Amino acid sequence: MPAREDGDPVERTRFRVAGTEARRADGVAKVTGAARFTVDLSVPGMAHAVMVRSTRAHARILGIEREAAERMPGVLAVLAGADLVAAGLHPYYGHVVLDHPALAVGSVRYHGEPVALVVAETKLQAAEAADLVEVRYEDLPAVIDADEALRPGAPILHHERGQRVGDEGMDQGEGALEGNVCAIARVQWGDVDAAFAKAHLVVEGEYRYPMLYGYAMEPYNALAFFDQGDLVVYSTAQHVYMVRRDLARMFDLPLARVRVSAPYVGGGYGTKSYTKIEGACAMAAHLTGRAVKLDLSVEEAMLTTRSDSSHIRCRSAFDRDGLLLAREFDIVLNSGAYTDNSPLVNSKTANRCFGPYRIPSLRVVSRSVFTNTVPASSLRGFGAPQGNIGGELQMDEAAEKLGIDPVELRLRNLAGPGEAILPGKRPLDADLREDLRCLVASLEWPGTGGVSVGFGVSASDAGAYPTSTAAVRIHADDSATLFTGSTELGQGSRTVLCQIVAEELGLSLERVAIVGGDTGVVPYERTTGASRTTTVTGRAVQEACRDARRRVRELAAQNEKVDVAAVEDAPAGVRVKDRERSYGEVIEGWFGAGGEVLGHGSVRRGEGFAQMPPFWEIGCSGVRLSVDRETGVARVEKLVTVGDVGFAINPALVHGQDLGAATMGMGAALREELVYEGEQLVNPNVVDYRVPRFSDQPPEIDLMLAERHDGAGPFGAKGAGEGAGNTIGSSVAAAIGRAIGVFPHELPATPERVWRLLRERDERARR
Amino acid sequence: MRQISLRLNGVARTVEIEDQVLLVELVRSLGLTGTKVSCDTEVCGACTVLLDGRPVSACTTLALEADGRSVLTIEGLAKANQLHPLQQAFIDNFAFQCGFCTPGMILAAKALLDERPSPTAEEVRRWMEGNICRCTGYQSIVDAVLDAAGRRP
Repeated sequence: MPAREDGDPVERTRFRVAGTEARRADGVAKVTGAARFTVDLSVPGMAHAVMVRSTRAHARILGIEREAAERMPGVLAVLAGADLVAAGLHPYYGHVVLDHPALAVGSVRYHGEPVALVVAETKLQAAEAADLVEVRYEDLPAVIDADEALRPGAPILHHERGQRVGDEGMDQGEGALEGNVCAIARVQWGDVDAAFAKAHLVVEGEYRYPMLYGYAMEPYNALAFFDQGDLVVYSTAQHVYMVRRDLARMFDLPLARVRVSAPYVGGGYGTKSYTKIEGACAMAAHLTGRAVKLDLSVEEAMLTTRSDSSHIRCRSAFDRDGLLLAREFDIVLNSGAYTDNSPLVNSKTANRCFGPYRIPSLRVVSRSVFTNTVPASSLRGFGAPQGNIGGELQMDEAAEKLGIDPVELRLRNLAGPGEAILPGKRPLDADLREDLRCLVASLEWPGTGGVSVGFGVSASDAGAYPTSTAAVRIHADDSATLFTGSTELGQGSRTVLCQIVAEELGLSLERVAIVGGDTGVVPYERTTGASRTTTVTGRAVQEACRDARRRVRELAAQNEKVDVAAVEDAPAGVRVKDRERSYGEVIEGWFGAGGEVLGHGSVRRGEGFAQMPPFWEIGCSGVRLSVDRETGVARVEKLVTVGDVGFAINPALVHGQDLGAATMGMGAALREELVYEGEQLVNPNVVDYRVPRFSDQPPEIDLMLAERHDGAGPFGAKGAGEGAGNTIGSSVAAAIGRAIGVFPHELPATPERVWRLLRERDERARR
Repeated sequence: MRQISLRLNGVARTVEIEDQVLLVELVRSLGLTGTKVSCDTEVCGACTVLLDGRPVSACTTLALEADGRSVLTIEGLAKANQLHPLQQAFIDNFAFQCGFCTPGMILAAKALLDERPSPTAEEVRRWMEGNICRCTGYQSIVDAVLDAAGRRP
């Protein structure tokens, strides 16, 4: 049995604070109810807004009757998209394509789309008035299914495309964006056709991954007002700087005059990436001259953002020994009514679907497609589970057909540390073979006594662009404050970033404070997503600490009238003329009284991050499960994850990310799915859309860490947060396949689907 | 408008409310915003408060029902800046991430431990079934409740 890699104890003791399970920086606030989330905020004179939503999937707006609503008590305004245009505002937002209106302009493209906004003194008044707003529509043909949306003659959602303002996921094939195609991604090398022609075995199939709702428990909400013409917005946004850019564009304001602040955020998981309702809320504040709060219900949140579903047609060619010769993927994503982040989801699906294997010939085409459904965007690990279900399951199916153990089949094909898995990208910074050996040892592969095992591996370019800045102030009493644009979503960024500051500056954690997530206060941060914070922001924080230390050395040199080269860093200060001076002594010595030192750090696509991605996010997880053949119910008995994170700056937080991601993955694998019947969602609430509960927890859980200090982040760390979930879908499907003799190709593997597979198999056996 | 009297976190309060006001609206309007609303349909447990010691979903409980009774919200749990054992155990076991479900989780767990001071892991899971957490995957919460049970005098 391979040794577990829980970190080298010698290596770990090099650090004082990094690598320890320091308690969360937001702990007391969150257990006492004192933590303020956006939904808890109010300001004097605040009005409340409620949305009026489309009852049609695709229609022209002929008119909006608002007089009845306007006459209701407390109502300040009833706003529609046309009012925004008339007021000279730009109603469209989007970080890639400006096509998503804050309120529908001229037409609606999905059932539930915001059409009007009622602003009133109280939320109840706004809600009652909203019921009286009558919208007259002229129906247009709608298309819900992505494959149908690609057919000639399908209703077209966007006859004119919005202005392109970002390049995320649009670097390939923009010229061919015809009909309902939102984005195309291609990955290709080698002679695929020749490889398939000479293959010993070709595995071919279609696979489907469902559209999901992330259910962050704090639904989208925002509070907006103007302060001397400056726009101030508090919101549940993950990427406050991205939202700032959208709002600046919508209001023709300089970036400096838009302030977006995210206090504690009640769950993100990617669902709160990018702008959601901030534009509508800010426009209501602009047009009413009041502070306006807009807080959605969970049902409305479900009509705001979901994840892209995938339909994969793929085939894999193997030689006699199980070596991959070629893979080919044709993927269609159902991306809903607007662009949002689907181009990036699409390109990540394309570059993750084939897996971290040596593949001589490859052809991937992935298309993101507009449909008259809720707009799709990021959700934890976006693109990975959507493609993985095809790529990994075909490894399992091939192993069975070749009579080769599926672990062995993967070991033969996996790329090793330092090997390139995508031309021109960073070489693989992980040891996937060793990770897989650890995983299957804990899973007790191959499983016995009615328990079956499934597992998978992936390496993801998670889409983290390495633009990040941070500032650190060292105060005259030897304490420090970190300023970061990263938002605390629960992932523990405040804790980890403070640990990095404490480690770098030689301070105790109690002497480090953090201010985060407010564009009016903290330096620029591109996003809080793609598992980038520890690696990329963490490096900027390290740079800021080192810059602050450099400043302290300069001040000490001036104090002591020596050359700066004669000043050395000491654990919590400097050493000069054979004496240690604390930061405070140096600072007060230089200023005479009071004072502080400010350090700034930035990272960019250069230096350690010149090669993209900044790190490969590793997924290596699996399950032991049992299937009830009478009911089709699959029950996960044991979950195992290998967190290949380079170095766990806070192991407990990494475990939390791994188990959280895997639990979300199990929900999607076994139960979760947004279902359209006709033009409407049939389960747009958390009663019918059931997420994992305590009773769904596997009885046995093993969360392992692989720490090889091979990441580009601080102390050799690399990102966590998504990887553990990325392979759960295919793992569950593989385990069910081994239990019942048929691999499910469509997730979630609900009891009904499993039961049908069993019945079909029995019928085939009878024939 | 109607007048009701209740003990809120140990303090006698008399408030005037409209009949339709929900308990969660009442406590939040009094500045006790630790009680959260998520599903708003009594399935997620985020709004759990203790009404005479019993857990209820404050999102679907009328404030009127609190008349003459005692209500405990998360803000009333710590005594004189001393965290309740459950609160400390939630911190020590990393039993939350975003923290939005946490007030409801802790109060649901308190009701369990008040009724059954030394529950098994299985009893914790069964009792807590009505509380959803999207971040943790639940194991750390079970660990925290068992840990707190062991800490109680």
